[in-house]
Amino acid sequence: MLDLLRYPFMRNALITGSIVAVLAGAIGYFIVARSLTFAAHAIPNIGFAGAAGAVLTGILPVYGFFAFALAAAVGIGLVGKRARERDIVVAVLMTFALGLGFLFLSLYAGYAQRVYGILFGSILGISVGNVVVTGVAAAVAMGLLLAIYRPLLFCTVDPQAAAARGLPVATISALFLSVAALAISLSAQVMGALLVFTLMVGPAATANRLTRRPGRAILTAALLGLAYVWLGIGAAAISGRLPVSFMVSAIAFAVYLPVRIWARPRRRPGSASMSPRGAGAPDAPAEEEGCSAS
Amino acid sequence: MLGLIASDIFWNAAAAGTVAALAASLVGYFVVLRAHAFAGEALTDICFAGSAGSALAGFNPLIGMLAFSLSAALGLGALSSRARGRDVETGMALSMATGLGVLFVSLYAHHSASHATAGMNLLFGSILSVRPAEIRLMLVCAFLALAALGAISRPLLFATLDPVSARARGLPVTLLSISFMLILAVAVAMCVLTIGALLALSLLVAPPAAALRVARRPASAMALSAVLGLIVVWGGLLASFIGPWRHPPIGFSVSTSASMAYFIAYALGKRRRKRGGGEGRHPSRETESEGKAE
Amino acid sequence: MQEETGCVAVLEKASVRLGGRLIQESMTFTVEEGEFLAVLGPNGAGKTTLLRLLLGLIEPSSGSVSVFGAPPRRGNSRIGYVPQFRDVDAGISIRARDIVRLGLDGHRWGPGLPSRKREAAIDEVLEEVGALDLAEASLGELSGGERQRVLVAQALLTNPRLLLLDEPLASLDLAREAEIVGLVARLRRTRKTAVLLVTHDVNPMLSEIDGVLFMANGRCAKGPIAEVVTSAALSGLYGSPVEVVEALGKLFVVGAPI
Repeated sequence: MLDLLRYPFMRNALITGSIVAVLAGAIGYFIVARSLTFAAHAIPNIGFAGAAGAVLTGILPVYGFFAFALAAAVGIGLVGKRARERDIVVAVLMTFALGLGFLFLSLYAGYAQRVYGILFGSILGISVGNVVVTGVAAAVAMGLLLAIYRPLLFCTVDPQAAAARGLPVATISALFLSVAALAISLSAQVMGALLVFTLMVGPAATANRLTRRPGRAILTAALLGLAYVWLGIGAAAISGRLPVSFMVSAIAFAVYLPVRIWARPRRRPGSASMSPRGAGAPDAPAEEEGCSAS
Repeated sequence: MLGLIASDIFWNAAAAGTVAALAASLVGYFVVLRAHAFAGEALTDICFAGSAGSALAGFNPLIGMLAFSLSAALGLGALSSRARGRDVETGMALSMATGLGVLFVSLYAHHSASHATAGMNLLFGSILSVRPAEIRLMLVCAFLALAALGAISRPLLFATLDPVSARARGLPVTLLSISFMLILAVAVAMCVLTIGALLALSLLVAPPAAALRVARRPASAMALSAVLGLIVVWGGLLASFIGPWRHPPIGFSVSTSASMAYFIAYALGKRRRKRGGGEGRHPSRETESEGKAE
Repeated sequence: MQEETGCVAVLEKASVRLGGRLIQESMTFTVEEGEFLAVLGPNGAGKTTLLRLLLGLIEPSSGSVSVFGAPPRRGNSRIGYVPQFRDVDAGISIRARDIVRLGLDGHRWGPGLPSRKREAAIDEVLEEVGALDLAEASLGELSGGERQRVLVAQALLTNPRLLLLDEPLASLDLAREAEIVGLVARLRRTRKTAVLLVTHDVNPMLSEIDGVLFMANGRCAKGPIAEVVTSAALSGLYGSPVEVVEALGKLFVVGAPI
């Protein structure tokens, strides 16, 4: 494995992969917390159309990807909160964009190979230029996220109290979506549009089950993502046939599944004095209720 | 160009498309009502994995799709019905399926260059290569699925609009849920076969969502949805076959027509609501909307 | 000026319109320092709207509102707000302590450095609401009553002179309701905070409140219970016959939604 590091493509892939894994862990915590899971699936698919269009016009795919992903993120933010309606609009927009991407693809037969790479990800196609762009953009994204960390957390957990405290909830939401679109675009270079979702959501979903503190959850997610990416890139490089995006997804899923099944919230300290939570108690924790209290 | 319409290819495609449109638009009505868009999306990716696996193993893709999606549907239906947290689980399952699909396609594409384009077909549809034997299979499956849907449609509607009362009335809500997911799996397989895994959701969701913006009573909404589905598929087929431009791929035409139908209905519905035309929403006990005046 | 007379909030002929609809017309009343008021009325009568008015989130369409002697402004740390809690995805990692902390510095930019003083303040306020042993619990593990207590703690961190609670008793059983009411009453006494508690049922707090603000039909009436929650007064408010029945030491309103 170590002699693989002689090859520039390996080094580029590992550096880029590490950067995006850490960023994805941080962003992923908030994607899960803000119930943006479907959006996190739709945004890269829409980005694909942008990347396909970019290839058609000779621009670097990642720029096209980001342009469309950003537009999608802003659009999703504008559509509003009602989850059911939002899901439908997102689904229709997503398939429309995918159709466009397909159209671009069909207009020029023979560049299917590049589009393939955009969808499936690749470790071979990352140049030094990509690494630099990724590094700079990720630094910007991380900086922004750190700057809005506390207000973002507040708006996520308790938007009404946050608004009452004077926070610009809508603006923060839009800012986060933009940063998320950036993170997704950068990660898609390695993971491909189809599977970038797993890197964004998998480590965060796993971390949420392992720890109770937001800071630790983000750190855990970043470390998990880093591990997955290194293992995935290594396995893909050694085998030569297995796509890196599949490897990372498989590892992410393989870790998530047992954690999801077996990691239960730890018993609270001093919980013996708490009220009993039987099936019929109206005081039951929120996750057992079918609908929110009105 | 008009001669193309007389060809077998066109009529095979039209037959397959019609079956898919009918199944999708009627089943899709409930998908929109039950806010199962994301679950539908998961099933399209599961079908993708199934068809890619079939291609690798040499089976008929439809068989593989049905096998994978029906098994997955059992799992999805049995998952607890709480909306929260389900998104993340669905997303992870979706990613795993997509990952497998990516793996299978990669392994398949390794054989030859033509297989790479075959991989694209799995993603974007191969309605043009549907053979009469497959159409017969599709007819049988669609008939069974729609018959089952008809049988459970009234209890399903009840359980969808008012799960609490339905349960109190003794309806087997979980069983209904699982049955619906199985029907959905069949409908999704039809769509994936005709317009591909990435675009299938448009046929499933856009016509019913458009219909629901305009009609409110279940019977009229379902009828309108079916009509729209047929218009969208036939419109797409005709645009691709006899369109004056370079023949756009059918997947693109169908999904774009579907999206257009939805956007138009969206705009119409918004205008109607602005004029104060009563509640433009389908009557259902939705979860509390935000910011209501109290 | 208002500070000297000890008024926390003064409304003078304030009307509120939302989406073209007149929610409340010409509200005129004051909230005194340390006064505990129950805010009653049917859905849509303007109870939450009133809270938003005081918080500076909306403006009156006519008349005036002043809070601590000045027009209401967003982010006034002298007001503590406990909104109706929406479901947060129980799958995310966040502890009760983290939620409480948001009340202190959740609006400041940046991730924030560790601070022992801050942790001590959080401990103190959690102790005050009787939720110190819940501090490390994850959000999803808390029951409705426990969650409510944590939210109250969050609102207390800025040492507010006015506490606004929006239906804190919804979906709690009788025992929890009594707990929360007791907690709020105790806080009012020790901190001399004015309290506006929006609720649909005044009975759990009959013995603790100083008065009632009843909102219905675009109008409101404020005063002691014996004056406001009567058949005559409520009939006047609703514009149709309403009966108030006293039985088993409780008050029941018959003939109108509440």
